[in-house]
Amino acid sequence: MNTWEYAESIESSSIVSIEKKYGIFFDGQFQSPNSKKYLKTISPSTEEVLSSVALGNQSDIDSAVESAKSGLKVWSKLSGTQRAKYLFKLARLIQERSREFAVLESLDGGKPIKESRDFDLPQVAANFFYFAGWADKLDISWNTKGLKPYGIVGQIIPWNFPLLMLSWKVAPALATGNVVILKPAESTPLTALLFAELCQEVGLPPGVFNLVTGDGTTGAALVQHPDVSKIAFTGSTAVGKYIQNETADRDIGLTLELGGKAANIVFNDAAIDQAVEGVVNGIFFNQGHVCCAGSRLVLQEDIHDEFVSKLEKRMQSLRVGNPLDKNTDIGAINSKEQLDKISSLVNEGIAEGGSIFQTDCDLPTDGYWFRPTLFTNAQPSYKISREEIFGPVLTTLTFRTPEEAIEISNNTEYGLSAGIWTEKGSKILWAADRLQAGVIWANTFNKFDPSSPFGGYKESGFGREGGRHGLLSYLKVQS
Amino acid sequence: MSLTKETKNTLSWSDTVELIDNLRVDEVGLKERVASLATRSIKKDSKLQALNYIVTMCDLTTLEGEDTEGKIGQMTAKAIRPDPSNIEVPSVAAVCVYPALVSKAKEMTKNSNVKVASVSSYFPSGQAPLESKILDTQFAIDQGADEIDIVINRKAFFEGDYRKMYDEIVALKEVCSSVHLKTILEVGELRTYENIKKASLISLAAGSDFIKTSTGKISDGSSREACYLMAKSVWDYKEVTGFKAGIKVAGGIRDSKDAIRYLVIVNEELGSDWLNPDYFRFGASSLVDDVLKQIKKLKTNAYQSGYYFPRG
Repeated sequence: MNTWEYAESIESSSIVSIEKKYGIFFDGQFQSPNSKKYLKTISPSTEEVLSSVALGNQSDIDSAVESAKSGLKVWSKLSGTQRAKYLFKLARLIQERSREFAVLESLDGGKPIKESRDFDLPQVAANFFYFAGWADKLDISWNTKGLKPYGIVGQIIPWNFPLLMLSWKVAPALATGNVVILKPAESTPLTALLFAELCQEVGLPPGVFNLVTGDGTTGAALVQHPDVSKIAFTGSTAVGKYIQNETADRDIGLTLELGGKAANIVFNDAAIDQAVEGVVNGIFFNQGHVCCAGSRLVLQEDIHDEFVSKLEKRMQSLRVGNPLDKNTDIGAINSKEQLDKISSLVNEGIAEGGSIFQTDCDLPTDGYWFRPTLFTNAQPSYKISREEIFGPVLTTLTFRTPEEAIEISNNTEYGLSAGIWTEKGSKILWAADRLQAGVIWANTFNKFDPSSPFGGYKESGFGREGGRHGLLSYLKVQS
Repeated sequence: MSLTKETKNTLSWSDTVELIDNLRVDEVGLKERVASLATRSIKKDSKLQALNYIVTMCDLTTLEGEDTEGKIGQMTAKAIRPDPSNIEVPSVAAVCVYPALVSKAKEMTKNSNVKVASVSSYFPSGQAPLESKILDTQFAIDQGADEIDIVINRKAFFEGDYRKMYDEIVALKEVCSSVHLKTILEVGELRTYENIKKASLISLAAGSDFIKTSTGKISDGSSREACYLMAKSVWDYKEVTGFKAGIKVAGGIRDSKDAIRYLVIVNEELGSDWLNPDYFRFGASSLVDDVLKQIKKLKTNAYQSGYYFPRG
């Protein structure tokens, strides 16, 4: 029997030029960190060291805050139209250099190039365009003139969608008249550093965008700085709780976008083949490193066997490997630490009694990899049904009636997103009304638009990003 | 379904009803999946392999009122040796002609492995009584056709008389017991994705060896979405009966790039078992010309003009 193997089709990385060492970015310039310390950033698909970036400390945050203060003096005098001009310029430049950004994102973070190219970058540009459009229309956004920017905003973003999360944070903050100190994730700083270069290129006034790379201690220093008037954080619920505690007795704005354990509910009257696709997309998109991933398949019991059989067959066709190969569906796990966490939760799932299915694909020898994984025979009490795994691991739970589907879906401390699969429109509305989640998709999953507010219920956080509501995360309302 | 899993290429009407009951297709999700498969990047060796597959899977076709024995002579010669300048290029799978020209095609292909396919059952409309369709089919078989492409009864389908559509295929399959039966759905007339899937499953349950997209006689011929749904139907049918049916895509597939996208659908939805002419075919007249040019380009880096390749 013959087989048809797809030859490697590698996106060339020659388009990116990575410096050996990066400083922190303030006063519109890259400068050596006061800490004199650096962190290595590696490519998780090869473990090759890509660069060294500054490990910012308290004193570096102080420098960034001073820079932000002078930036704010300039920025707050500009009209909305003038602010928009810079944001539109950034949006256009991001589009022009999107291939470069996409390659860099895949190199540094391990995500497949088809996703960074076709999802992340178009979304990043769209966010800048969208919020650029709001900058001179804030008066009509909520029909009040009483909207005031916070001033200096500290933003801490995660490693799963590094540049996209930057755009979700930076674009609305600048559009509303704030200035920014951004702390990118420890393992994925490179696209943010390239973005800083773009800020220079468009002539953004110095101090309006400031970037301090580093680790958790850098983030903590940013959170603790008394002159920061707003913190926006996307990341784990544990760190979110720390930040909320830390800022509890301060006059400070806070939005948190945290973990999730989303239910993807498949009713027996769904279009099954498309539901299988949606479930696959829901959990295996970006290696499952997605806070709103559909990590619990909540499946009607009478279609369990047929659905699981189709799902397993579909999973076998997922291509795991080199993130820069245009045919790769699933790239590398972002870090050794994350790989260990996924492996340990999966082992606990097996120990608790779940039946595991993993695809047969070959994995590269270097780098961090995890096979697409499906658990059946899992119970709602199992850890794999309750904890956010943040990897390519799907847990199946079954239900008998629509009411039971809702109960199971809401039986979690999280509430970021949910999916509903049925061809019956009234059932979609009925279920959406009862699901405790900030984003609900029907007969689709992982769809994003800059105009749609995104955020969580319960321990998935508070505040909204995107859309008209997203403006309120960066504005104080006075009436 | 409660059927035993054994190889079985027909299903009773009641089992067929169960198969098509409550069938649902979501258009948005379907299109998204097909679009995503179209982004596969097929280069170098895998492209050459695909191009060779396509040649071996082609049914070189002429179905015109103006067809003559002379025209069939030209086409069959090309079918046997598509590129005389490169002996590595294999023969195509079959030639496809009207019943009146089958004997000429048979005579021309007798020393080759190229099969002769013919269309019948009052192709392309199917608007004739079953007795006439049977005669039409029997004639083509008597003339020596190895494969028969019939059309489904769209009149019955749209009138909701699925049983009649099914019964006709069963009757024609009886006539075709010794030859390969391909059933044309004419997806451009069926229009909706549910219709395409329903017609696919009924055709398979009635005993078709292949299901085929289009007659090539209407402007909306094949589509990758239709091919995807037919692949899903073939898979579902295999899950129920164990029988592996084939797919023929025809109608408007003119270049290699498009054809490779069809191959990707089959490869990823059905698997490499289906990547041979027993299970997948292209019905086309001009596709082969582009494939030959692409093969030559991969070998020599030169994109040659059409006149370097023989007329079919």
